[in-house]
Amino acid sequence: MTIQFNDESFRDDYTFHNSEWAIKRFPFPFHEDSYMYSVNMEQHRGGPKGSVYEMRFDVDEHYVSEMKDRAIVLDQDPLRCQSLPHMTLAGWDLLELIMVSKSEDYPDLFELHRNGNQWRWVNKPLGIDHSFTFMDETTLPYGPMEYITRQAQGDFAVLDQRDEMLWMDAGMVTTQADWSLDFDIGMNFFEWHAPVPKAHEMGIFKRALKFLLNIQQGAPARRLNWTMTVNPLLDTSPENYHKWGIQKTTLTSENIAHKQHLRVELQTFFRLPRSNALVFPIRCYLCSFQDLMTVPKWGRRLHRVVRDLPVELATYKGFIDNRPMMLDYLSQFDDGLPTSPGIWPDLETEPPLSK
Amino acid sequence: MSKFEFPKSIASRPVWGTLEVRSGEHHLMIAEAEGAEAVIDIATPDLMAKTHLIYIPKGTDFSERLQALNPAQFYEGPSYAAALHRIRRVLEDAHMGLQVYLTGTEGMMGQAMNEVMAVGLPHTAVQTEHRGSVARRMQCVHCKGVTEDVDVDPFVCAHCGLNLFVRDHYSRRLAAYQGVRVDAEDHGNVPEPKGIYE
Repeated sequence: MTIQFNDESFRDDYTFHNSEWAIKRFPFPFHEDSYMYSVNMEQHRGGPKGSVYEMRFDVDEHYVSEMKDRAIVLDQDPLRCQSLPHMTLAGWDLLELIMVSKSEDYPDLFELHRNGNQWRWVNKPLGIDHSFTFMDETTLPYGPMEYITRQAQGDFAVLDQRDEMLWMDAGMVTTQADWSLDFDIGMNFFEWHAPVPKAHEMGIFKRALKFLLNIQQGAPARRLNWTMTVNPLLDTSPENYHKWGIQKTTLTSENIAHKQHLRVELQTFFRLPRSNALVFPIRCYLCSFQDLMTVPKWGRRLHRVVRDLPVELATYKGFIDNRPMMLDYLSQFDDGLPTSPGIWPDLETEPPLSK
Repeated sequence: MSKFEFPKSIASRPVWGTLEVRSGEHHLMIAEAEGAEAVIDIATPDLMAKTHLIYIPKGTDFSERLQALNPAQFYEGPSYAAALHRIRRVLEDAHMGLQVYLTGTEGMMGQAMNEVMAVGLPHTAVQTEHRGSVARRMQCVHCKGVTEDVDVDPFVCAHCGLNLFVRDHYSRRLAAYQGVRVDAEDHGNVPEPKGIYE
């Protein structure tokens, strides 16, 4: 399949949009009508054809525009990409993983030609054709992690593993749900998750860490996480919160349908072969409420999840003030009918809205 | 009373200890302000005879009492920034087995801890004890500037002038807590500042 790449923006005039194809494959994060934290890990070994789970690194219609947005963020704030000195080898591991995966999974878009350490990388959507020497930093315009993650959607946290612990020692973070790489770099797994309410007491992070420490090469894992964002703004960073925070107050009952977005992170976890580091890509998908409501099952379910979410979580996810307005809108799409289990849209089997 | 019981907090927030005498041939103590009292509490003639003591008064006056302990070396620096060059020089010469004692504000202990780690001493060789001011060293997440000795919440960033609220999220690398614009979602609506632990 050839992807038509959108020409769109994630800031200022916000021309971001999802095609019908993108809506149907949106990773809706709720497998039932309620939500509570869980470790919810599964193997990342493909998925239904055309779904965001199918490939190791999903490429979609937003690819080219997302990479332009990343370049803007990095121009304004180079601290969004950092790598502690001992993480360069992991950067090469990551470069190899992404180049090999993309060239195998999308041969019409990416090519990798290897002759010993002499590599040639062709990235057709971004117009890159670059020959370089693998493991020789002087042959790349950036460090290996920065070079490849300027060409891959989603944020990337590269975690060193030592003393039975994971350490946030490198990353490319420009589409984050309000956490700062510059502040968190060097922290261990419990420290960088410290601000998350409730989950520590529930033992979520202890179990997650145990799972992650044991991820093996060739056996990646994945999970979904979510939050809410007003406007399709990728860069919801704490660094720029003093600028974008005010946008949350621009929501009205007239504009909520297209302004309010469900923000979903497809988080995957890969063991890297040489460094034994763990790479944690955090891929962000945005979908407006009005687009989500075209799937009757998601309309019913989203209303119930948002309505029943504990105050603490709605506060942490930053939409407690807007929740009443969201519920006013979403309730129109909940006719009280039961919903089928699982995250898939089930358009053929779920009844249309009867309201 | 210079001891303060910090309320239980999140996992990134540092937990400070209580100094105790350790055996060893060489000891480095850095005491800031009321931290001097923590040194006086554990001092023995034998320990002090093997101790390089660095004192940063910050408005206190423990100089005579500390010198009366007869440390092997005594230095009084007018500020942490001024003392830093000497601290680095001492750490450069440090041998494995050096015992380090840090006592005073969180900001000083956090920064000095980084100096100790930078020369490769194990963290097990460092003890800490908080004494005196509970003010925090704060980094503005927006402009990255560090404001020292913040004791109210919210406070004004000394660099960019934004009104920031004081988080418990702490970076050991920066030796600072995180400050985030308090009125980001309602410009100009800045709550009346109050003490961090009030």
